Amino acid sequence: MALWLLILIPILAAPFAWMGEQWSRYAPRWIALGALAVDFLLALLLGGHSDRVQISGHGVWLVESHLSWIPRWGISLHLGLDGLSLVLILLTAFVGVVAIIASWTEIQSRVGLFHCNVLLALGGVIGVFLAIDLFLFFFFWELMLIPMYLLIVIWGHAQRRHASFKFFLFTQAGSLVLLVAIVALALLHQQVTGRPSFDYGDLMGLPLTTDMARWLMLAFLIGFLVKLPAVPVHTWLPDTYTEAPTGATIILAGILAKTGAYGLLRFTIPLFPEVMTEFAPIAMGLGVVGILYGALLACAQTDIKRLVAYSSISHMGFILLGAFAGTELALQGVVMQMVAHGLSTGGLFLLAGALEERYQTREMGQLGGLWGVTPRLATMALFFACASLGLPGLANFIGEFLVLFGAYATQPLMIILASLGMVMAAIYSLGMMQRTFFARQRDALTAPDLSNLAFGTVLFIAALQVWLGLYPKMVLTTTRPVMKQLVQPAVASTNPTHLPSQSLLSSHIVTSQGMTP
Amino acid sequence: MILQDFIALSPILDLGAFSLVTMLAIAFKRHHARIAVFAFLSCLLTLATLPWAATATPRGVTMLLMVDRYALLYMGLILSTTMVIIALSYRYLTIQFREEEGVEEYYLLLLLATFGGLVLTTAAHFVSFFLGFELLGLSLCSLIGYLRTRRHPLEAAVKYLLLSITASAILLFGLALLYFESGTMTFHSVGAIVKQTQTVPALWLGGLILVLVGIALKLGLAPFHMWIPDVYQGAPTPITTYIATVSKAAVIALLLRLTTEVGVLEMPPIVHLFSLLAVVSMVTGNVLALLQQNVKRLLAYSSIAHFGYVLVALLAGGPPAAEAVTFYVIVYCAMSLGAFGVVTVYSNEGEDKDRFEDYQGLFWTRPWLAAMLALSLLSLAGIPVTAGFIGKFYAIAAGVDAGLWWLVLALIANSVVSLYYYLRLIVTLFGEVTEPAAVSQQEAVQRPEFVNWTTVCSLGFVASIILLLGVYPEPLIDLIRHSVNTLLMVAVQRP
Repeated sequence: MALWLLILIPILAAPFAWMGEQWSRYAPRWIALGALAVDFLLALLLGGHSDRVQISGHGVWLVESHLSWIPRWGISLHLGLDGLSLVLILLTAFVGVVAIIASWTEIQSRVGLFHCNVLLALGGVIGVFLAIDLFLFFFFWELMLIPMYLLIVIWGHAQRRHASFKFFLFTQAGSLVLLVAIVALALLHQQVTGRPSFDYGDLMGLPLTTDMARWLMLAFLIGFLVKLPAVPVHTWLPDTYTEAPTGATIILAGILAKTGAYGLLRFTIPLFPEVMTEFAPIAMGLGVVGILYGALLACAQTDIKRLVAYSSISHMGFILLGAFAGTELALQGVVMQMVAHGLSTGGLFLLAGALEERYQTREMGQLGGLWGVTPRLATMALFFACASLGLPGLANFIGEFLVLFGAYATQPLMIILASLGMVMAAIYSLGMMQRTFFARQRDALTAPDLSNLAFGTVLFIAALQVWLGLYPKMVLTTTRPVMKQLVQPAVASTNPTHLPSQSLLSSHIVTSQGMTP
Repeated sequence: MILQDFIALSPILDLGAFSLVTMLAIAFKRHHARIAVFAFLSCLLTLATLPWAATATPRGVTMLLMVDRYALLYMGLILSTTMVIIALSYRYLTIQFREEEGVEEYYLLLLLATFGGLVLTTAAHFVSFFLGFELLGLSLCSLIGYLRTRRHPLEAAVKYLLLSITASAILLFGLALLYFESGTMTFHSVGAIVKQTQTVPALWLGGLILVLVGIALKLGLAPFHMWIPDVYQGAPTPITTYIATVSKAAVIALLLRLTTEVGVLEMPPIVHLFSLLAVVSMVTGNVLALLQQNVKRLLAYSSIAHFGYVLVALLAGGPPAAEAVTFYVIVYCAMSLGAFGVVTVYSNEGEDKDRFEDYQGLFWTRPWLAAMLALSLLSLAGIPVTAGFIGKFYAIAAGVDAGLWWLVLALIANSVVSLYYYLRLIVTLFGEVTEPAAVSQQEAVQRPEFVNWTTVCSLGFVASIILLLGVYPEPLIDLIRHSVNTLLMVAVQRP
């Protein structure tokens, strides 16, 4: 029942946030913050409650809740919390708080409805991270879309209609393909056992013909890659991230993109180990293309939000690369990258939104020389630019490094190419700093600096970045059992000659990071 | 023996008697509210006889009618939908009509059309099929032109009349051919001829195809859809709702029985015909809907597409198909009631509010009405928490189960296209309020007849059904499975 609370707290708080508008302009904000804070603490409590975190993996859930829902189709309300979902739920609640603070001054109209939608979207996302019945998963997967869509279409910028349509159509197309694959899996289960089932545990051991597994995995990949997004299906992202209000952009980049990654880790890879080897090079290739393509386009942007948006595509490439590398180390890098990217883009978009609010433009050409005008904003932007380019000591570095290191054994050539992405990250990040904050100062660019609230928030994110950069063990140990489970079927089906070198590498890294091997 | 027949037939007899009483009551004294309440109660009382009738089922009453749980389920759907439409109509008619113009016959015609619908659900013989078909069509024809001083309704009525005649003519010709080949008119024995001889006579097949074309005309499947947008737009909105829900549900009930009893889906030519109709309907409906600037026309085109989805489910064959089709039709009725219901409630004197501009920023001026419309549209688009999602899930599941991959893919691609126009309308609801619109809406709200408890109750009922089926569909699924089983069992058991 505690798991349902995690989902229901934001959803039930949503109408109150809406009604709160009548009492005061700040009531919705505080209600939303309160709900997320309670959620965060509850998740911490559930996760920290016992040390079973250490042994939890697939099928062994830290906390589980199982209720019958639609027995006709073998659909149940099945929730499960393990290390991976725990980390992502904590991230969700935290990024949600950042999004609300980023909207503190930007959103002035229909404040209640805005926060209502934020809470509903976050409730849906938490549901996605908890559901281990595929139907329920899909239910939440779709549920989070509507409030997100409204956030963009009501509070977005000039091109919001276009952007929101693109966002919705792309994700929905991916989702429907996913739905067909899920239904097909359930019906295959019916063919084998005589009753349909959408339960994760039941579907895991389902024997599939290679042909069927190939098609189903393709459908799952399409569904999740759109959300991630990976390169051929990424075109909704720059428009959407740019046109959405800052708060929504932070949620989109910080959390919604992670649901795609989560889908890959939780469902795509474990459900179809048979064809993993066939798909791994293609998916990793797409990842590398995404890294380079995103970085290249980011270099060419003049719009600061678009730049961060393209850099996101690049960072998501690392996630795709690591997810299919098939080593525990790379998978740990993926989790780290998810958390780190959530934090760093949250910070970057908050700052970009603050710039836009002050100067009514996102064009870097019209800014410039702001270092002296808004020192707080400028220093924090520098910090997050460094985080984004993967400066050692910050969390993004750990994520990208682990992915590259972990995947090197399987695809050396791709990794060499992917490393170029990190170089390009330095070019666009520093270019952004140069053009916005250091170039010649223009007249009439005076504006108030970051408010204490916003400054405190970014400082806190920065502190988290440093903490995770120096001491990633917190995240890594929590998710380690899950990643271990993930890698086993994959390794079993990949070329076994890679095994010794992998285990050697991982044990090496693990000890060097102060973990028990 | 005879008593059992009467019990089984009680819903139909009931409604027939009530129609007569309504007619007499109108002749005795005209009173709009009284007649409306009476019509509503007629449906309610008929609905109350369903459980009683269920005790006598399955039962073939003469060779014309087959009363089984399946028929009773569709009767329940038809009757409850009619009740909601009557509740919505009352306010609409008070606004559109002056007292002395005589609005009472509207309810009589509505009851008669529903009577035709009930006959269709039980029809097991081509004669009863034709009778029900005509009763429904003719009553609807006069209902469509009921606002007789306006241009659009009259035009729509003439169109519908022509369509009905064409459909009947084609149907009759098809029946003649079938009778020529098989010498019988019950669904079952018409199919049995083919099953026994293992050959399909050409004339028999031609006749069957003509019958199916007649049905497709009535359902508005592309390429027989030309009348749909004009009639939907021109008819008074409650009647548009009626055409979209009751009339189509009754025909689907019949189609499902016909395909099951004749064993149509075992014949490749018919399967190809259905597949073609399904794909063409989905594509035509959705693509043409993209361009619409009128809400009623948009919903009209979307209905063409939706019945394409229903055909995909139907093609799957066997119990899953019957289950999916029934579920989808029930859900579709609820969503259509919601969407057209909002248009009905929002319409004011002299015109239906059906242009996109009328809905600009509706959410900020009349949030509940806009939320209701948004909910129905999301349901039509198949987004979770709404019934439409479960319906679409059912259709996909049936298709996948039968291995109809191409049709399922077409369904998906079309759902994505359909999202575009539903979203367009939803975005309009959340747009900025234009000044004149805001003023007129303010004025409208202040007018006394605008908010009416019957409309609030009926829309509230529809909304709760949409949400309830979206979140907890299991009870309905159980009910449908029970009912559909009898349909299939009877089809198998009969010698």
